[in-house]
Amino acid sequence: MANATADVKLSFADLPELMAAMSGDEKHDHSAASTLDVLWVLYDQVLRVTPDTAHDDDRDWFLLSKGHSPKAYYAVLAAKGFIDLAALPGFGTFSSILGHHPDRNLISGVEIASGSLGHGLPIGVGVALGLSARSLQNARVFVLIGDGELDEGSNHEAIAFAGAVGLDRLTVIVVDNSSSSYGWSGGAETRFSREGWSAARVSGRDHAALAAALSAPHPGRPHVVVAVIEPEPK
Amino acid sequence: MDTMRGRFEQVTSKLLDSKPSLAVVTADIGADAFAQAQRRHPERVINLGIREQLLIGVTSGLALTGMRPVAHTFAPFLVERPFEQIKLDIVHQGVGVVLVSAGGSYDYPYYGRTHMAPGDVALLDTLPGWTVHVPGHPEEAEVLVRDAIAATGQVYVRLSLPANAAPFPVQPGEFTVLRTGQSGTVIAVGPVADAVLAATTGLDVTVLYAATVRPFDAATLRATLSTPDVVVVEPYLAGTTVPFVAEALSDVPHRTIGLGVGRGELRHYGTPAEHAAAHGLDAASLRARIGAFLYRSLSDARQT
Repeated sequence: MANATADVKLSFADLPELMAAMSGDEKHDHSAASTLDVLWVLYDQVLRVTPDTAHDDDRDWFLLSKGHSPKAYYAVLAAKGFIDLAALPGFGTFSSILGHHPDRNLISGVEIASGSLGHGLPIGVGVALGLSARSLQNARVFVLIGDGELDEGSNHEAIAFAGAVGLDRLTVIVVDNSSSSYGWSGGAETRFSREGWSAARVSGRDHAALAAALSAPHPGRPHVVVAVIEPEPK
Repeated sequence: MDTMRGRFEQVTSKLLDSKPSLAVVTADIGADAFAQAQRRHPERVINLGIREQLLIGVTSGLALTGMRPVAHTFAPFLVERPFEQIKLDIVHQGVGVVLVSAGGSYDYPYYGRTHMAPGDVALLDTLPGWTVHVPGHPEEAEVLVRDAIAATGQVYVRLSLPANAAPFPVQPGEFTVLRTGQSGTVIAVGPVADAVLAATTGLDVTVLYAATVRPFDAATLRATLSTPDVVVVEPYLAGTTVPFVAEALSDVPHRTIGLGVGRGELRHYGTPAEHAAAHGLDAASLRARIGAFLYRSLSDARQT
């Protein structure tokens, strides 16, 4: 297996092998793969955080709200050195740090424990407010949710408030694989943009487009990037 | 009028000036009382609008960044409506916060069942780690709010309109011994203490006062135990603290009873005093119920 060390940097091409090292949870494999490109672009090009700076005050925060199927997340964290590769095969076992939903108390660099849908965005709003209260000028907050997760009403409490107060430290990525039972007429981004957010819709497989959308300036407004992924096969 | 809630608002507003990590989060209810403090500290006094899931989520996020957040609204909207957020955003994340409720079990009975939360402490008992303060007087509320804000863990402060006539000396986390006697122990929690003292006048019982109910002060209960018959009188769901008495006395043959707010829905409006009476928590009802429990064996003995 590939080995992440200070000298040997793993690449996007290594991620399938890292994901394969984790067994179990096949039910969510499509879902896991749906986030792979976005997560890689975030950790490879966007987020100002490394294993060494994972607890620095001025780091960027990434909150995986859609905690289902975290194999892609663990693979990216392993490739970037947050997780020891040796931990991957234990995925889901009793003493593993890697559960089928992640836990911030078990993995350094994981900012929240998630699994129940609709919790990450409200917490992310609080993190953004806390960073402002602490006058940390550069720290940004990125929250990844799913289009199905957007069904949860708690997200809409957060979307309206963050838009109203212009919470510009905050970026939400909606990975849209058309899994919401009733869909979002006009696109998921309209739920944000009508509350004053800046919004972009890009292919969730296009690394350059994702990096550009996630790095676009949005002064005075929170930002949403809808990353469109092929629907799960029925 | 000096109320527990008013004292909380004054004390917390003042502490915002001296403690840079302190933040106050509201969901419209109670926001007006912090308007002046918000002008001084706009980034640390945050009103979210009527959004209680967000209230707890934001409180969690603030704590994750190293702030000491205080979330405040009525008890049903603070503990019951966003209970999964308390379970996951606070306890599962492992962050320390202060939750301060107003309204208690039935402080505003004319609002009806929607504004009653007799189950709040029992709900928090399903989670690990909570300190629960139930002050019985504005003076005690100030002591306990200051203690909660200075602490680092998960603290719930349950403020209510009904209060005792005078404060008792309160050491956060410890029961206060109000009386000692030989026929049993009565634990009075927060604002029911005056009624309990009236109800037990002339009875040879120990009366302990609990302004902090979690963690449960087993040491004081054991150290003052006489006849191992224990009555707990609490201003919320009856029996909430009984399991903690049982655990404290697990090696002692004992009897215990929990008096508090009944589980049934009354469908009445009116006043807090009327609801206290309806739940058997007025002094006369308490005297009858405590006497029946403690002296049952004596009256049985007299009859045989």
